[in-house]
Amino acid sequence: MTVHSFQEHFDNLIDREITIEPKDWMPDDYRKTLIRQISQHAHSEIIGMLPEGNWITRAPSLRRKSVLLAKVQDEAGHGLYLYSAAETLGVTRDDLYDQLHSGKAKYSSIFNYPTLTWADMGAIGWLVDGAAIMNQVPLCRTSYGPYARAMVRVCKEESFHQRQGFEIMLTLSKGTEVQRKMAQDAFNRWWWPSLMMFGPPDAESPHTEQSVRWRIKRMTNDELRQKFIDVTVEQAKILGLTVPDKNLKWNEERGSYDSGAINWEEFWNVVKGNGPCNKQRLETRKKAWDEGKWVRDAAMANAEKRKQRKEKAAQAA
Amino acid sequence: MNNKNEWPLWEVFIRSKAGLDHKHAGSLHAADEKMAIENARDVYTRRQEGVSIWVVESKHIHASDPDESGSLYDPANDKIYRHPTFYNLPEEVKYM
Amino acid sequence: MKLAYTLRLADDALIIGHRLSEWCGHGPILEQDIALTNTALDHLGRARSLYQYAAQQFNELPEAEKQTAFTSVAIQNLVNAGAAVSEDDMAFLRDGWDFRNTLLVEQPNIDWAYTVARAFYFDTYNYFFCSALKNSADTTLAAIAEKSLKEATYHLRWSSEWVVRLGDGTDESHERMQKAINELWSYTGEMFVASDAEKAMADQGIGVDVSKLKSLWMQRVQETLADATLAMPQAGWMQQGGKDGRHSENLGYILTELQFMQRAYPGMEW
Repeated sequence: MTVHSFQEHFDNLIDREITIEPKDWMPDDYRKTLIRQISQHAHSEIIGMLPEGNWITRAPSLRRKSVLLAKVQDEAGHGLYLYSAAETLGVTRDDLYDQLHSGKAKYSSIFNYPTLTWADMGAIGWLVDGAAIMNQVPLCRTSYGPYARAMVRVCKEESFHQRQGFEIMLTLSKGTEVQRKMAQDAFNRWWWPSLMMFGPPDAESPHTEQSVRWRIKRMTNDELRQKFIDVTVEQAKILGLTVPDKNLKWNEERGSYDSGAINWEEFWNVVKGNGPCNKQRLETRKKAWDEGKWVRDAAMANAEKRKQRKEKAAQAA
Repeated sequence: MNNKNEWPLWEVFIRSKAGLDHKHAGSLHAADEKMAIENARDVYTRRQEGVSIWVVESKHIHASDPDESGSLYDPANDKIYRHPTFYNLPEEVKYM
Repeated sequence: MKLAYTLRLADDALIIGHRLSEWCGHGPILEQDIALTNTALDHLGRARSLYQYAAQQFNELPEAEKQTAFTSVAIQNLVNAGAAVSEDDMAFLRDGWDFRNTLLVEQPNIDWAYTVARAFYFDTYNYFFCSALKNSADTTLAAIAEKSLKEATYHLRWSSEWVVRLGDGTDESHERMQKAINELWSYTGEMFVASDAEKAMADQGIGVDVSKLKSLWMQRVQETLADATLAMPQAGWMQQGGKDGRHSENLGYILTELQFMQRAYPGMEW
């Protein structure tokens, strides 16, 4: 086949919604875009362990502690599934880590915000995981097989995350005055960053059109954001919390909420590294990786030694 | 760009319950086969997904070439006589 | 005495689980981060079963004994209010000197080698301990031990393999592992010296005679260290006190984090 016919064949598969698999021919752009998106997603899971990990040792009950520990561990698992999916495209996990640690690769900016009180565990589960699920569910049918399969697993496991977050918020909202204050304070701090999670407005989003065609993305940033607002505002009512947006208003005609302007200047600054925790998050990850090097090397050295001993024993026999 | 000390990649196959086939679950890194099985247990069976685990180093998997899928799989398309529904039986023959 | 004994076991489980949980998000590689968290969750689960049982025993005590069982004002307030205590009250409201865990489990993580060495010493003990406790005359403790034994078997496999990997890995890992094995050695003796509660419970067939576990433990440790090309530490002075509530400075910091929420916001549902 000529390159032209390869491309035609690929386009044909995409149009017929047939899954692309690792050994199939694919355009370079497709491969690059996928590596970028999957690894960003994986990095987000791994960095995302840190703000919640903060509260594992301080969780207020043994039950909450177990749940939080299991949840943060799930995020490690999700990172692992996604790195594996990226590896089928011809990169190694070590390469991807290098990109993360050098600041070349991006991850979801939301994790550059601090977790200041226990209520943040509720707000993250409810809002951040809620927004993530909305982004992720459509990806279970994305065009690249390994990515789609990883996302099926992620979404299956993710379903308890949002619920446990909402449950924390519900308990706080039914609790004492200080607990309600804690819940509202967390809501105030996490609401806007959650809306930013869907990415820049469609008009300024360079990758959207191509990505939608490739089913790497299935709805636009603004569509998903609106859907999230409409669902979440109703949930906030159940919690008795006030949405921190004075311009929020039901629009009868659209059947959706109108909302205030997002501070995109803040968003771009956090993306560029000026968020409250960018430096700590990256340094924590680098430290764990660098301090783990001798451990990883030891395990390899030991495996190598044992292999050689086995071969020697086989030769002697 | 490749770190020769990166733990090798393994493919994990899990039998979800007795009597079923092992099915590909995903992959992971491990220094050796023992660790690969344990990592598979810790990563892929946290929610009671399995009763038995196989691991194989990814480099040992040999895969068919997708460009040859036409010659490999299409010839089976017209062998419909291999399927039981190809045969018409009188209604009276209930179980066959 | 059975209450003190139950708490003795629960505190070991909670504190080692707490230490391991500190690794979550900071492990040397994702796969092992996940593995260690599984173990932390096992310990935490065991701690919960034991604290639930302890709370139940506490709530059945005569009123006068409830008042004096622990120094904690927070617990005394609960008793005065006529409220039943829960697993969480046992974990989050007792003062440091009422904790009965061994000094070993509260030692800091430091690095992967120390974490592995501490786990290995404890897992070896816990494996033989659960094997024996499974025959307890107390059906609740026996049931908890039976479940825990399966977990402990896996924990021991994990930590033994890592002792070997690091001991017989690179020069650096060998040195680090040997150092950790040596440094933590002085905290191992305490496991086999029975406290009053342990003696009383062993006499009644409820608890385990820990002094009898020592030779089994020694033999297993010796074998694994030999596999790992590591030297067995010399017998020597052993630190003690945890079982009587005299702890290392570490416990205070652990409880500061662990109990922060319950102490800062008393009497609330979370």
